[in-house]
Amino acid sequence: MEPVSLIAVTVIGHDRPGIIADATAGLAGLGLNLEDSTMTLLRGHFAMMLICSGDRSPGEVEEALAPLTADGRLQVSAAAVPDEDAADVLGRRPYVLTVHGGDRPGIVSAVTRVVAAAGGNITDLTTRLAGDLYVAVAEVDLPGDADADAVAGQLRDAGARLGVGVTLRPQETDVL
Amino acid sequence: MSIADWTEADLGVPGRVLTVVRAPDPVLSAPSPLVDPADPEVVQLAADLVATMRVSPGCVGLAACQVGVAAHVFAVDVSRHPKTRTTHGTFVLCNAEVVEATRKEKGREGCMSVPDLTGDVKRATRLTVRGLLPGSGEELTVETDAFEARALQHEIDHCAGFLFLDRVAGAHAVFPRQTYL
Ligand SMILES: [Zn+2]
Repeated sequence: MEPVSLIAVTVIGHDRPGIIADATAGLAGLGLNLEDSTMTLLRGHFAMMLICSGDRSPGEVEEALAPLTADGRLQVSAAAVPDEDAADVLGRRPYVLTVHGGDRPGIVSAVTRVVAAAGGNITDLTTRLAGDLYVAVAEVDLPGDADADAVAGQLRDAGARLGVGVTLRPQETDVL
Repeated sequence: MSIADWTEADLGVPGRVLTVVRAPDPVLSAPSPLVDPADPEVVQLAADLVATMRVSPGCVGLAACQVGVAAHVFAVDVSRHPKTRTTHGTFVLCNAEVVEATRKEKGREGCMSVPDLTGDVKRATRLTVRGLLPGSGEELTVETDAFEARALQHEIDHCAGFLFLDRVAGAHAVFPRQTYL
């Protein structure tokens, strides 16, 4: 198998101290560089995704990380991914979208469909279920020529049909 | 009168402790109508908000919609909070609005109506608010800063049908509330 330059790795499963230390040590042992990574707890489950670079195959990565999966409570996968150009954000404007309401199926898909129809791209998304309350917060890039007030109105309408509150507001960035 | 001299005794009615409603109750997501500050029901509501705020640990403000009443009224008292600089003690305002807001800073907020989550919200740290005292209906202008400014903006948002969740800074600005015992 051809060596690849970029490998996407996901680690998900039972949380315990030391997972990140073990996983990154395995990658460093192969001479791979950690590029972007994100890790969180989802309903108490450890969840990490990362992109690393170096001349290794996904199979070698999975083999190096195999000790993590030894007790059967963590899953690790590695896959080659192509180099992506940075998204063309020229002229796009960042917004923050909040949805909150009672938990019911289809909230995120209905709201994100409106964003997609307006040419908006979601660059980050967190959803939380806290008791009966369902909350989604998304960061959205809208095209420069999009009518943000009109999109906000469409989002409120979509929310009203689902009985949830939806707000869209410009994301404020301070450069210090 | 100066708002710092106001106490709930000025209302002349004892407050009752009410149940605080939680999201996703729809009363929290709708704008509350303006009120007549002299209406005896509004005066009673003001006393109830103060009484409910007092018995709730860590509560520095409570809006009428949080006790299930759609009315543009809230109580605030940040005097015992460590992040407070200026404080006007306990007070209740009807139909309050922001007159001027400057110098935004990010801070972590919680809410009795969203007990399981907190969020980072940018709020003005210099604030001027105008509102009416319950009972007399006297119009007051409150100039404040720091944590009292944050509390007032949070409560005025409640009256407009917004939660702090509608103001969080981004997708990584909402957190499960952790209780470390
Ligand atoms: Zn609140």
